[in-house]
Amino acid sequence: MTAAPYPAQAGGGRVGGLVTAAAGLVAFLALWKAIVIVGNYPSFILPPPETVVARFVSGWSDGTIGRHAGTTLLEVALGFGAGASTAIVVGYGLARSRLVERLVSPYIVAAQATPILALAPLLALWFGPGLTAKVVICALIVFFPVAISTMVGIRAVDARLLELARSLRATRRQVLVTLEIPAAMPSIFGGLRVGVTLAVVGAIVGEWAGSERGLGVLVNLARGSLFDIPLLFATLLTIALLGIVLYALVVIVERALLRAR
Amino acid sequence: MSEIRAGVGRLDLAGIRVAFPTGRDESLVALDDLNLRIEPGQIVSLIGPNGSGKSTLLRVVAGLLRPDRGEARLDDESIIGPDPRIGLVFQEPRLLPWRSAARNVGYPLELAGWSRHDRDRRVGELLELVGLEAAAQVIPGELSGGMRQRAALARSLALQPRVLLLDEPFSALDELTRERLNVELLALWARTSTTIVVVTHSISEAIFLGDRVVVLSERPGHVVADLPVSLPRPRSLATLDESIASAMGREIRANLAGVAA
Repeated sequence: MTAAPYPAQAGGGRVGGLVTAAAGLVAFLALWKAIVIVGNYPSFILPPPETVVARFVSGWSDGTIGRHAGTTLLEVALGFGAGASTAIVVGYGLARSRLVERLVSPYIVAAQATPILALAPLLALWFGPGLTAKVVICALIVFFPVAISTMVGIRAVDARLLELARSLRATRRQVLVTLEIPAAMPSIFGGLRVGVTLAVVGAIVGEWAGSERGLGVLVNLARGSLFDIPLLFATLLTIALLGIVLYALVVIVERALLRAR
Repeated sequence: MSEIRAGVGRLDLAGIRVAFPTGRDESLVALDDLNLRIEPGQIVSLIGPNGSGKSTLLRVVAGLLRPDRGEARLDDESIIGPDPRIGLVFQEPRLLPWRSAARNVGYPLELAGWSRHDRDRRVGELLELVGLEAAAQVIPGELSGGMRQRAALARSLALQPRVLLLDEPFSALDELTRERLNVELLALWARTSTTIVVVTHSISEAIFLGDRVVVLSERPGHVVADLPVSLPRPRSLATLDESIASAMGREIRANLAGVAA
């Protein structure tokens, strides 16, 4: 009797994964190009992919995109940092203190239910067209998923392990550092992954509400006074890439920290 | 291997009562007027019907639960909290899943502030003691059930306790593994002369391990029989085939039947 080979998994392995991703990209670009040809759309409605890529390259080489991207990146980094670190502390409080939960959770939910789009003009009014308003908006939008995932992660820490730590006379700090944080880490990073992509959204929304510089501003310029639709698409591509790169960074940090537990 | 220090380790339990609030007016009395004295270096098997408070009693001795009345004393000092002189093995291994076997065994040392160097040396001894040297770097998820409980046993011995408390330590394991671990436990005891209190559901296990078999009543639990085991040491599994063992088993069964009618 001959044994059947193990079934090969589609897209499995590192090289296989890259090949799969590349194939998906090629299919996406081909579909895009096909739509442009079949629909016979002019470049100011839907430019073909090669035009967008060319504008992306020229926009970066002449510094147009880079100047705005730097501003957005700074807003995202500061807002994500402030929002996520506050959220982890508050999320821990929510998990461990009934008082904190009762006091704070209605406001957290209410703030989350209010669309950030509606809040952004107000924050722009309060903080002006500078960096602060965008950082606040990013921080707000990042806060909810990170706080909730931290709360869920901390609450899920095995009570039997907590009893073990107590039987070994672990201090509050030791329980936090050696047990609660490592145990909740996968859950917290789940929230950070969602949060970092939302931070990019927050920065763009904040820039729309009033700003002089940033990728959100460039979107408006390209659509309006410049009327450079390929540049608009190149900017959207930049925003998407920024999200992907930041997400990948979070994943890399997550892997390193999980391994270091 | 450095010799593990022979310590004293007398336990005195006097008039212990533990009641748990049930939400209504009455409370659930788990233990009432329980008295027990355990001499240094003795092995006492605790056996009793479900809900007789065996595990509750162990928690009182471990300093994890304060009795409502009465007192538990170790070497004439009142036990008022978790104590490094008392080691505890739970029914489940309770290993931190992200830590290797070695780092789990060294966890109590880490919490107690031992230096890296001292920790490594002690962990090496402990792993050798329980036969886990080869699995030092393996995480719990990749260990067998028996190996996990060996690691838990090694961890409980890390701080050289005078008293070792075991709460149905091998009950989740298959029969063969359980018997082998019981033999190993006795060999370990012979080298360390630690006082051991072991909670068990198995009459043969109680006889095989114990110098005494203490039978607890149904709730509220108290001592209904304290039977000396006159089987010679060192014991092997064949010891259980002797007629003394089967007579002993009948006596325990009769006592259990009396309380669990």
